[in-house]
This record gives sequence, structure tokens and C-alpha cells, in this order.
Amino acid sequence: MKNKKAVVYVRLKEGVLDPQGVTIQRAILNMGYDVVEGVRSGRFFELELADGNGDLSGKVEEICRKLLANPVIEDFSVEYT
Amino acid sequence: MEQPQVTPQMVKDHGLNEEEYREIIKILGREPNYTELGVFSVMWSEHCSYKNSIALLKTLPREGDALLSKAGEENAGAVDIGDGLAVVFKIESHNHPSAVEPYQGAATGVGGILRDIFTMGARPIASLDSLRFGSPDNPRVRYLVDGVVRGIGDYGNSFGVPTVAGETYFDDAYTGNPLINAMAVGLVRADGLVSGTISGVGNPVMIVGSKTGRDGIHGATFASEELTEKSQERRPSVQIGDPFTEKLLLEATLEIIREDLVIGVQDMGAAGITCSCAEMSFRGNAGVTIDIDKVPVREKHMTPYEILLSESQERMLVCVKKGREEDVRRIFDKWELDSTIIGESNDSGIFKVRLNGETVSEIPSDVLSLGGGTPVYHRETRKPAYVDELAKINLDEYPTDRDFSKDLLTMLAAPNICDKGWVFNQYDSMVRTNTAVGPGSDAAVLRVRKTNRALALVTDCNGRYCYLNPRAGAIQAVAEAARNIACSGGRGVAITNCLNFGNPYKPEIYYGFSEAVAGMGEACRHFNTPVTGGNVSFYNEDPERAVFPTPTIGMLGIIDDVSHITTQGFKNAGDFIYLIGETDEELGASEYLHTIFGKNIGPLPKLDLHVEKLVQDTLLSAIRAGLIKSAHDCSDGGLAVALAECCLSDRENLFGAHIHLDDDIRPDCLLFGETQSRIIVSTDETHAEKLVDLCTASGVPIAAIGRVGRDRLVINDLIDIPLEDMSRAYYDSLRNLLERVRH
Repeated sequence: MKNKKAVVYVRLKEGVLDPQGVTIQRAILNMGYDVVEGVRSGRFFELELADGNGDLSGKVEEICRKLLANPVIEDFSVEYT
Repeated sequence: MEQPQVTPQMVKDHGLNEEEYREIIKILGREPNYTELGVFSVMWSEHCSYKNSIALLKTLPREGDALLSKAGEENAGAVDIGDGLAVVFKIESHNHPSAVEPYQGAATGVGGILRDIFTMGARPIASLDSLRFGSPDNPRVRYLVDGVVRGIGDYGNSFGVPTVAGETYFDDAYTGNPLINAMAVGLVRADGLVSGTISGVGNPVMIVGSKTGRDGIHGATFASEELTEKSQERRPSVQIGDPFTEKLLLEATLEIIREDLVIGVQDMGAAGITCSCAEMSFRGNAGVTIDIDKVPVREKHMTPYEILLSESQERMLVCVKKGREEDVRRIFDKWELDSTIIGESNDSGIFKVRLNGETVSEIPSDVLSLGGGTPVYHRETRKPAYVDELAKINLDEYPTDRDFSKDLLTMLAAPNICDKGWVFNQYDSMVRTNTAVGPGSDAAVLRVRKTNRALALVTDCNGRYCYLNPRAGAIQAVAEAARNIACSGGRGVAITNCLNFGNPYKPEIYYGFSEAVAGMGEACRHFNTPVTGGNVSFYNEDPERAVFPTPTIGMLGIIDDVSHITTQGFKNAGDFIYLIGETDEELGASEYLHTIFGKNIGPLPKLDLHVEKLVQDTLLSAIRAGLIKSAHDCSDGGLAVALAECCLSDRENLFGAHIHLDDDIRPDCLLFGETQSRIIVSTDETHAEKLVDLCTASGVPIAAIGRVGRDRLVINDLIDIPLEDMSRAYYDSLRNLLERVRH
């Protein structure tokens, strides 16, 4: 498999308070929309991968664990394109 | 509701022993159900019940004319400072959470201690942090330091409280177990203090602030265990702080108190709703029934067990005066916070929890509350063998034909001595604009608006001293705190303490605890600084080792007139430098032996409490008489380091000094010995004679030791260093140690 790009999604673990999400939800309500029950925020990264190194998924996961996500309070998932 | 059957394994997993479980059955007259087991588990944990410490804590002096609340009776100590004002202050640990997730652990530590202050009706005016880490050589330690400091800074800065002082120590003893002790100080009109009480019959009980989630369940039990591999799996115990919500909660809480709508308020920290309901109703000699289904929750399908034990942050429990519920709701609506009636007070003495009308937990409030019926244990003590071994030192093994200039530079760059700007520059120390003396001097000083007075605040503890001699170490921690306050122009009035120790079931550990408490009591009685409260953190221990016994002292001082405010740095070239107090030939337990020889060894420097008090009182008289331009005590690193600090106090305005010391003792002891009860002061020509007269009349030794200069620090023929070299060593060290990049 040739890896071109790894897209990493980092989100707070279920049950962990997300102050940003709460604030956004309140803002949505204040704008008059009553269709949103909850907001969870997160962030994503696009990693452009070097060619010809074979399967990099192990290394990418390591980078996620060590740097991009805080595994104590966050989960991450990776998509390859 | 179906509850899981309680099994012996379950009891054990909840940290309760067989004896305690039998006691629970006796109290209830039946087996507890699963929810009740959870409630007992947190309330009888060390963290909430102080079961292994309370018997000794009661020996501490807790009485004083100025005390408005006694230790342990309320959420924080309150001290009358005159002019109808009171200061509320307390220190608390957040060691275990910070070891697992440093940023959030430290942030929620700050958030928790701030709530303890404003739950009493006081507006927080200052925050202090006493931090201890392993050696900065260790990458994990650097990660912890970075996270903890950012967590403290981000929370305090966002909330809007100045972080004005603290300590940062590094020693291998703290590698696996960093100590994060956060202190907060608040100001309130003495007649505006609020108690953490539920009382009367039919008074509504409201939960206010953030919604309740699954975070931090069993945090209190977590804090009552040693950290092991397993703690890693407990990670969901970590809570997330939200300083902006806390700021809203502060304003809303102070508003309902100001409008006289409440009977009592208590913040929710460890053990959440459970702890607040039980302790508040116990304090008010009342009972409380809550409908757990009414608690606003963040997640679906939360069980009563989870809601009761959740440690979600930024929440308070309020007992509202009957008929004022709508007023409270209006105020919380205004601040965009939830406020929900979840129950009401009664006279049953029982804390009852219902789910959809059905009782799921029913326990007398007193048996859950400290001072009520929680277990009290007297643990075994055994003096560790090392105490006597390490107290011996043969000075001949430490040659004195050394380059002491080089040693001083090494000392100034040592992590425990060097400038901590890397830490406190991340904090806002000036917000609210009352900070007269910020981080970096002997004590922080805050003006009290509309009065002529100021508060002096400090945290102190030398963990190495307490390791080598827990009793003497604790005495010296109190003495140094008082001395630092005297150097800033104030008198100590009360202390709060944070007692960080290992596993109390180990007799050697408990020896340290019991000795430290005894020493603290002795010193506090001597300085007339009663203990207003604080917290105990046991189990700061991993399979490798326990932390040094670390009884952190947070002292509050009052400066009677802002014109007395004094700082440590020299002020003008040409000023006369005096040393108040005498230098003995001693080197034991010193930072010098630690830094230069890698040894934590030797007897502690001697301390005579009467001499210490006399020195402090005399210094204060001299300051009040306007005779003193700068004052700095000799502590870690001894006289040479203290003199260097007086020179380096302001990087933009450095001073030198030419010092001649007459004492006929070993040069290493002279320069770096840590003899107590010594203060370096500077004064000008006009006041020098009066200063000497005043000290002589008081029977306090004083010696002219030199003049303030411009370009070098010279001490006898032992030390001669250009200022720039000292400045570089002192100011650049911590950044280099913590931000080193490895390839």
C-alpha cells in the first residue's frame, strides 16, 4: 500500500468535558437555533507522508500517541488517502 | 432500581477493609447496596475522612483571637485583619491528578482551591503554588513541569487571579510523584462570611454551575492510593477545568451571597455531590433528601452511583432560603449557568438519595463526615534507620581548598536556587492591580484597597530538611515562612498547611508525618500563628520510593502600613550591608552539599526559636522605624547565595557588593552553611547607627559586613565574580535545564 496522506482526527474521549463544545452550543442556542442538542469539538491534521517507505501506519499512530493527541483525555483516528 | 449485588471483592475494590465494612453494616443495620457502598467508599477515603491523620492534626494550635473559623470546620480558614475585613485562605494538593495529566491536574487544582475560597463569600485576590518535581534531566519530569506550569497559568490567568508567589523544587525524591500544592487567598467583609451548611426544614437545595458528567469518578479514592501501573488505566478519573465557567460561578455565587439568598454554600470537589450533601447537612445538624434524577447531566444513562460520585468541576451546592429559589435562578440565568433544585433540607440527620421517587441510598450524614463518625486511626510509627545514620557528617571529607567563585556560580545555576522566572513569567502576577511585590522576593505583597495595609504571603518547606529530620524540618519551614514575612515588613498571623507524605500504613512514613506535625505545632505555638486548615496528601509513593516528607507551610502576614513594604534586592550603590544574626560552623543538610557533592546528609542547622523570634521582631521594629532599605533571609545556599540574590534581584538593575566577614570558621560553612535566624539588610549612612543601636539594645547580634557596589560580588579573598557572570548563571539556568533540545 502506498501512503500519500494521513488525516488524523483528534477528539476528546466520551464523557470528558468539552468547554469549547459547550460554549459553541450555547452560542447556537443564543442565535435562535433550537435544533442542536450537543456539540463536541476536536481538531484534525493532514500529514503528508514520504513516498516509498512502505506501510507507515505504525509510525503515524506513534506520532499521534506521542504528540498529536493526549491519550489521557483524547481519542484519535487516522484515515489514509 | 436494580443495583448490582455487593460482593467482598467489590468492597475491596472500593478501598474499604473488612473492619470498615463491618462498621458500615453496624451503622446501617443491614448490608449497604451498591450506591451506598460507593458513598461510603469516597467519604471514608483518606482524602475526605482524614482517617489516618485527624488524630494528630487535632494536636496543632487552632485557636487565635483573629480566627473567624476554626480549622476543619469550614472550607477554608478565615482571619480577621481589621477594618471589618477578613482574609480567607487555604492550600491544597493536586498531586495524583497532576502526575497522570499534568496540565488538567494542575489547572483543576487551582480551580478547586479557588472555589474553596469563594464558597465562603470571599473574592479570590491571589494564588500561590508550591511545586516539587524530580530532576530536570529526566524528560518525563520536563513534560510534567511544562504541563503543570501551563495548567496553573492558563487557569489562573483566565479566571483573573494573580499568581503571586510559590516555590519550585527539584529532587529525585519527587520523580514519580510530583507535588502540586495550590494556595488561594480571598478577601471578604468579616460580616459577609458564609458557612458550608444545610439547615432548617424545607429549605431548597440547589446544584449550580456546570452539568454533571462521568469525569473524576472515584478521584478521592484515587488520591488515596499509591501510584502504580494500574493508575494509568484509571485515567478517566482526570477532570477538565473550565476557568471561564469558574469565573461566572464566582460572580454568581458572590451575588447570591450578597443578596442574602442563601443559608449555606459548598463547592464540589472530591466526592462531588455526596461530599457536599453529607458535610453540609452534618454541619447544620440537619438532614437532606435529594432526587438524583433532577441533577442536570452531560451524558445520557448516568446511574445514581455515577452522579453521586462525579467530580465534574465548576459546580456548587447551595442551600437556599425558602422562598428565594426564583431569585437564585434569576441570578444564575444571568450568568448563563444551570441552577436546579434537587432536594430540600429536613431534620432527619439523614442524607437520602431518591431516583424517580424510589430511595437508592440512605445514610446518616454524621457517619460520612469528618468530625462525625468517620473512622479515626492511630497508626504505628517507627523511626527509619537512615535518620540517625545521615545525621552524622565528617566535615574532613569535604576539602576547603576549592575555587569558591566557581562553586557559587554552580550554586546560582542549580535548579533549586536559580531564578524561577521561566515558571512565574507564565503567570499573570499583576491582574487586579493590587500586587505590590510579585514573585521573586522573600514574600509576595498585596495591597488591601481602601486601607493602609497590605498582606504578605508565602509558601515554604525544605523537603530535604524534613527528610533528614522531620520534626526540625517542619519547625524550620514555619520559621522560614515567618522570617520571609518579617523580611517583607509584616508579621505572620496564621498558617495553612499541605502535608505531603507516602503511605501512612508504613510505620517509617508515619513516623515522618507524626514528627512533622509535632514540629509544626511547636513552631506555630511559638510564633502565635495558628493553623487554619489545609489538607493531607498521603500515598505520594511509587514502587521506587516515597517523596520526602513535605509539610508545605502557607503563611499569611499582615503589613500594618504600606510604607513598611520591604524587598530583598539592594537599592543603592554605597549603602551599608549588615548581617543580623550569627553564623555557626555548620554545613549539614545544605544545598551546597547537595549541589556540589550530591549528598543529602548531615544534621540540620540548629534553630533556637527564641532567638529566631527575637531576630524577626527586631527586624520588624527596624523596618517600622524606617531604618531598612532591603532585607533578605539566608536560607538555601547560605550567606553567599543570599548576598548574590540581593545583588541579582532585578536583572535590569544589578548591584555588586564588597563583603568582609570576620568569622573564624571553615570557609565552606561561612559561605554556604545554612545557619538559621540570619538576615541580610542594607541601609544608608543616616540610619546605620540607629540600626546597630536598635539591634544591640534588643540583644540581637549585628555586624557591618560591607557596602553595596556596582560591578562585582567580592567576599573576603574567597569569592570574586563579575556581575554579568552571576546574572547569566542565575537567570538563564532554568530555561536551559527545561528547554534543552535533544537530537
